[in-house]
Amino acid sequence: MNPFRYVKATSPADALARMGRNPGARFVAGGTTLLDLMKLGVETPGVLIDINHLGLDRITEDLHGLHIGAHVSNTGLAEDDSVKKNWPVVSQAILAGASTQLRNMATVGGNLLQGNRCGYFRDVAMPCNRRDPGTGCGALGEQPGVEGINRYCAVLGTSPSCITAHPSDMCVALVAVDAKVKISSPAFDRLERAETFFRLPGDTPQIQTDLGADEMITGIELPKLPAGARSMYLKVRDRTSYAYALTSAAVVLTLDAGGNIDHIRVALGGVGSVPWRSHEAENVLLRSPPTEEAFRAAAEAAFAGAVPYQYNGFKIALGQDTLVRVLNELVRPGAGEQP
Amino acid sequence: MDNPETEQSPETEQSPEVEQSGGTADAAVPISLIVNGMRHDLTVDPRVTLLDALRNHLGFTGTKKGCDQGQCGACTVLVNGHRIDSCLTLAVMNQDVPIVTIEGLGTPETLHPIQKAFIEHDGFQCGYCTSGQIMSVVALLEYEEPPVSDAEIRERMSGNLCRCGAYPGIVEAIKCVRDAARKPVAGEAA
Repeated sequence: MNPFRYVKATSPADALARMGRNPGARFVAGGTTLLDLMKLGVETPGVLIDINHLGLDRITEDLHGLHIGAHVSNTGLAEDDSVKKNWPVVSQAILAGASTQLRNMATVGGNLLQGNRCGYFRDVAMPCNRRDPGTGCGALGEQPGVEGINRYCAVLGTSPSCITAHPSDMCVALVAVDAKVKISSPAFDRLERAETFFRLPGDTPQIQTDLGADEMITGIELPKLPAGARSMYLKVRDRTSYAYALTSAAVVLTLDAGGNIDHIRVALGGVGSVPWRSHEAENVLLRSPPTEEAFRAAAEAAFAGAVPYQYNGFKIALGQDTLVRVLNELVRPGAGEQP
Repeated sequence: MDNPETEQSPETEQSPEVEQSGGTADAAVPISLIVNGMRHDLTVDPRVTLLDALRNHLGFTGTKKGCDQGQCGACTVLVNGHRIDSCLTLAVMNQDVPIVTIEGLGTPETLHPIQKAFIEHDGFQCGYCTSGQIMSVVALLEYEEPPVSDAEIRERMSGNLCRCGAYPGIVEAIKCVRDAARKPVAGEAA
């Protein structure tokens, strides 16, 4: 691990001021991603600013919804009574990720910033435009005679510079519930929609989110879901537990008095460069009766723009089936209904 | 793991945080850890993980280093009643909070009920993962909502890998201790 100075921030303003004085410093909260990447030499901050003691570890509820401090642990959010009752898709998504030990350590803010898990990104001997712009994308297998290992990579939102998949489960659910990210800088505070917080790789894959160098995440907000909303997260993986998603789907929907879908959010995991909101699927489903035909058409629309690589083409059919399965589960009589 | 090329970074680094440690980036810092109810004062490089501090600085070698990247769970300890992977957190970040390691559970003469159950149900073979497994079970049964089904036990123990494949015995040991806690059986209680 690279040598660094460790400092403990005492307030959000103090943390931001210290970051301003130390270009190239990193905030550390749970540490589960950052320390891992520091051991690998992928991250080499000269200063580590501990932000675990800023008083951002509380969950409060008001008329508009839930306000969650950035340093609430993943366990704390998943096990919160109000989250389990009113945003079950968020709780389900978090519990589908990592292990209890990691969820106890990892924070909500850190989950939003976990970046990617691509083997090429993690190995400093390998080419990776995201880690080292201009070196190429190892997963694409561009070098003659060298295969790209891309089974886990994305099929939606990729670019010639980077095809990694976003690894988070929680963030997929956050997109489906229209969550907002609370961000502070020395100048002002702002709210960013979870959907637009993540950036497609384009030709700047090293920029993964909308967060500026002088900013920090202070929390997230979960707006109240529409009355009668049903929600669910389903994750498909290589083993039954403790693995990244091959595919996943988070859906929030309501049915009107006539039985047609009148609110729909579809977000997909494991298949996109970012937590993937599918407006295409939503457009097919909105005001449609909840039939298998509509679900199948929505799933096809969601993946109409998919680009498969050598080893991950299976994600298209699997991702479609994952979404259809969630939709079917949610419209079974009484399923997922809020009390 | 240290890359010689990075050794120059303390000099090239702008040093605005001088008030913290007198200049060099990796100067050792005094810390205090509360392990198994005892306070320990020590001086460590800020890079030292909680795992390495426990093992190499304080001699609590019951906690094992497996993958050192948060996947295997061999380094599981309790911090503030939560089970965590001690390889992915820095010692300096865990000051003044109660830390419990396998050494804090029982003694060879008076084993913790979960340690006893692992022996009785063959919950291990080589034993390398066992401290982490047992610390995880302590959290599972004593600090969390106890699991109901076998599937739930397996899911919630999935952060602890066992390359020998002692999983069936581990699940049996967990059920035994869980059920004894619900309905005490004569001779079972520790």
